[in-house]
Amino acid sequence: MTATQDRPAAEIGKDRRRKEDQRLITGRTRWTDNITLPGMLHLAMVRSPFAHATITSVDVEAAKASPNVVAVLSGKDFGDELGVCINAWPITPDQKTPGHSPMPADRVAFAGEIVAVVVARSAAEARDAAELVDVEYDEQPAVIGIKNALRDEVLAHPDLGTNKSALWVFDSAEAGTGSDVEAAIETARTDGILIEREYRQQRLIPAFMEPRSVVVDPTGEQITMWSATQIPHILRFALAATTGVPESKIRVIAPDVGGGFGGKLQTTPEEWIAWAVARRLSKPVKYTETRSESLMAAHHGRDQVQTLTLAADKEGNVTGFKVHLDADLGAYIAVVGGGVPVLGAFMFNAIYKFPSYRFECQTVLTNTTFTDAYRGAGRPEATYAIERIMDELATEVGVDPLEIRERNWIKHEEFPFTTVAGLEYDTGNYEAATAKAKESFGYDALRAEQKERRERGDRVQLGIGVSTFTEMCGLAPSRVLGSLDYGAGGWEHASVRMLATGKVEIVTGASAHGQGHETAFSQIVADRLGVPFEDVEVLHGDTQIAHKGLDTYGSRSLVVGGEALVKAVDKVIDKAKHLAAHLLEASEDDLEYKGGRFTVAGTDQGVAIQELATAAFAAHNYPEDMEPSIDAEATYDPVNFNYPHGTHLCAMEVDTETGAVKMRKYTCCDDIGTIINPLIVAGQIHGGLVQGIAQALWEEAVHDDAGTLVSGSFVDYLLPTAADTISFDVVHTDDPSIATTNTLGTKGVGEAGTIASTPAVVNAVVDAVRHLGVSDIQMPCTPERVWRAIHAGDGDAPTPETAMPHFREGALNQDEGAGQ
Amino acid sequence: MIPVQFDYLAPTSVEEALSALGQHGDDAKILAGGQSLLPVLRMRLNAPEVVIDLGGIASLRGIRDDGDAIVIGAMTTHHDVRDHALVKEHALLLSKAAAEVADSQIRHRGTFGGALAHADPAGDLGAPALALGAQFVIAGAGGTRTVEASDFFVDLFETAIGEDEILTEVRVPKHTGWGAHYEKFVRVAHQWPIVAIAATVKGSIDEARVGLTNMGSTPLRATATEQALAGATATGDGVRAAAELAAEGTNPPSDLNGAADYRQHLARVLTGRAVLKAAGV
Repeated sequence: MTATQDRPAAEIGKDRRRKEDQRLITGRTRWTDNITLPGMLHLAMVRSPFAHATITSVDVEAAKASPNVVAVLSGKDFGDELGVCINAWPITPDQKTPGHSPMPADRVAFAGEIVAVVVARSAAEARDAAELVDVEYDEQPAVIGIKNALRDEVLAHPDLGTNKSALWVFDSAEAGTGSDVEAAIETARTDGILIEREYRQQRLIPAFMEPRSVVVDPTGEQITMWSATQIPHILRFALAATTGVPESKIRVIAPDVGGGFGGKLQTTPEEWIAWAVARRLSKPVKYTETRSESLMAAHHGRDQVQTLTLAADKEGNVTGFKVHLDADLGAYIAVVGGGVPVLGAFMFNAIYKFPSYRFECQTVLTNTTFTDAYRGAGRPEATYAIERIMDELATEVGVDPLEIRERNWIKHEEFPFTTVAGLEYDTGNYEAATAKAKESFGYDALRAEQKERRERGDRVQLGIGVSTFTEMCGLAPSRVLGSLDYGAGGWEHASVRMLATGKVEIVTGASAHGQGHETAFSQIVADRLGVPFEDVEVLHGDTQIAHKGLDTYGSRSLVVGGEALVKAVDKVIDKAKHLAAHLLEASEDDLEYKGGRFTVAGTDQGVAIQELATAAFAAHNYPEDMEPSIDAEATYDPVNFNYPHGTHLCAMEVDTETGAVKMRKYTCCDDIGTIINPLIVAGQIHGGLVQGIAQALWEEAVHDDAGTLVSGSFVDYLLPTAADTISFDVVHTDDPSIATTNTLGTKGVGEAGTIASTPAVVNAVVDAVRHLGVSDIQMPCTPERVWRAIHAGDGDAPTPETAMPHFREGALNQDEGAGQ
Repeated sequence: MIPVQFDYLAPTSVEEALSALGQHGDDAKILAGGQSLLPVLRMRLNAPEVVIDLGGIASLRGIRDDGDAIVIGAMTTHHDVRDHALVKEHALLLSKAAAEVADSQIRHRGTFGGALAHADPAGDLGAPALALGAQFVIAGAGGTRTVEASDFFVDLFETAIGEDEILTEVRVPKHTGWGAHYEKFVRVAHQWPIVAIAATVKGSIDEARVGLTNMGSTPLRATATEQALAGATATGDGVRAAAELAAEGTNPPSDLNGAADYRQHLARVLTGRAVLKAAGV
């Protein structure tokens, strides 16, 4: 038995290298596509090249005659057993929701939609035969783009009668959380500063490293689905709810999953088709998408037009903020589709004390790939809007952008603070994070250099961008999610199995796909239970093992799942204490638990937790009033979200001759409460930053007017590599704001970098050329866009539509001058 | 993704390769380093019945001195072109451009001749080869012929190489002691150039040669700029004035990375920078 006295110092806070990395990095592991079953058949999908068309006929004869083809099936070959793709978050009771068949028989609504599936003995033969399926289409007019959709001239789904799906509204005056924003706007119009802007959140593609893959084995007592998914539990529920198979007959496994970024938070047509085909043929089947298919048909993210009105007094104290979003759902409302922009509803007021606030979100349907969660989901959009427009306010007032923020932010002594959006922020210290970030960044020196370059008229100008972000994460509170009409709760489940040999298995309902749960959760258990880190095994992602769970997204695994684990461990210790008292013939009141060992106060008598596990297993001697087990489980449902925050500072160099931009320095000071593993946190922040920077500078999914995805490969959809980024300066406050809603004091970090970085970068680019007459550059800030922005005033080019003020005709346009 | 099935031939001599090519005609595709062909096959944009791999033909690799020229075997990798002493001494521009091709993995697989024969106007080697007046040695059933760079590039993805011919080597006239710079403009490092400028100059400046990448359907020479630079002094203002002529006669594409007029602007700005760097100013 392990000598527990020898276990090292505290695990929490230790830079543990990730125990799962060796197999993940070398690939000697279980990706879904690595799974091979006896008699397994392979699927290839036939996809529509048209964005909107009726299906006239599907001729499968040539494909069926192709070598080793077992079956070719189209939409009309299936009945109800195919099920439907669900929308789990109808945001309003009157939301217009188009029916979403995994494989429609009559009409396709986006390019890439599946119209037939080929089943063959090898993947290559399936692919060859798929090219022989002859589908005749009658092409219909397609509606592409938010503004076109709003006109309702061409309809994505003619039977709905409109492209407008739902209008979701939050108004602080109606909610009683603040005053009337229209009154604030009227006052600012006559006696203050009014800033109106339209910002575009371009469409993005999650672009996870492992393409989506699914294997279905119908030959067991339970039908088993392996899927490269973030959400095995939700997937199992949805399969049961839509395909008529009892939930007890379904086992879903998310084996090792190579990244998701929200892109695998989906119940996909491909999964449903594989499920139906396997059941139809009673054979195991596999489908693995190509990268081209992934870019075209796995869900996209963001895609909003943001119409913003910020009212302030002449000193720059914000008096009201009105937000109208138009959000592109794509052709269908995906599992959380319409809810993603609504998640931003509570975040546009960010870290600030705004007296009034109104948020409207109009979702629209278009003939494009459906959109859903992408890292940050709703909160990057909100953070971008507010942090961009706060810079505009600083310009109007004529003060440093950090100064304007400080005038408006919640001071550290004001926590807990209930915001104008109705959320209660438990802890935070924006002053401390900003001070630390400024110091580490060398803010004053860079400002001095910027001034010098401007005066010199240097070809390369320097800009400094600020983003003081917060976010609501750790999704979570089930009652709040219920009040928003979300289709599930937000609790998490964990169990602890004390094995006979003293080793520990913990089971979590979170479903890691690259985050490092195996390591971080082991550290938590090692500390809390007092066992060696190496003795803890983390099990997840298989509904036979982790029977309850709500999976991994929304920066929730640690702050919700980790807390469930703590509660389960505490129950183990309670049970073990009862057994220990019995074995030591002592009173429970006299027992102390430390370092994995119960000792009787004032004596040298004691018993280790491992010995108690063995004793419970043997069950030769245990109290009458307990079961012979010290295992325990817990389900945790927090009462509040979780509010990490930070100050991000970015310096960008802009070559004014070419428009090329280059990152000079990036510093972030994130306050995320207690840090379990600094190395994992650094990894999350670095990766998150690059993803957010990529939205600012590189990534954009573009459809042409016909609805074809122009950026359909990585030649045109530009993902950065290490060669395109710099070494980030990642720091934390010395005295972090410990979360009060979980006992570990942790706050989510999985999305923080992505949420914060995008506006910091764009603010920096705009700041570099603002003196040349530039007040906005659309994302991604390509060299061409930057160059054209600089030279927009040179000729007589008309003002592009996106740069026009949206406010009412003849209204004073505050863009041109100060707040009068 | 999975290519359509094809037969694979691996000849060990040019004669054997030509014979296979003669037999299969336009049903065959030549495989050099595979960095462009394999993605095309995997995305099923092309489906040849036969792929003839030149990788086993040793005589197509290597770089040698041939009096007034250096000769680069078609199957020499970008990596080897970049690092070879003869290239650095006599055709520095090629070394500089080869260093900018894609990423390290691709430079170790992709070949000099393969890239030139592929004739992607955004490829990094066409403009330098054109600027240096390279000669392309093409083997066919009837023997070999030599084509000047100005005649080699015909159109988008089209060269003077016939369907039954193979590019075997490229003769590059020695530009010993010429300064050189390849100015590549990209948004991310591994991208094809939006525009790139291949500049090499003798002295400061006796003679200048400037090639343009991705400014038309083939690599182009900035002839007007070259003429304006000949005999000029390498000052910033003078070079920039000459570079203003760089976009004359170009017809660049418009795509997500930039409209044609922006590319022409870039060509002017970057030509000035490339020439100054080549001249060591």
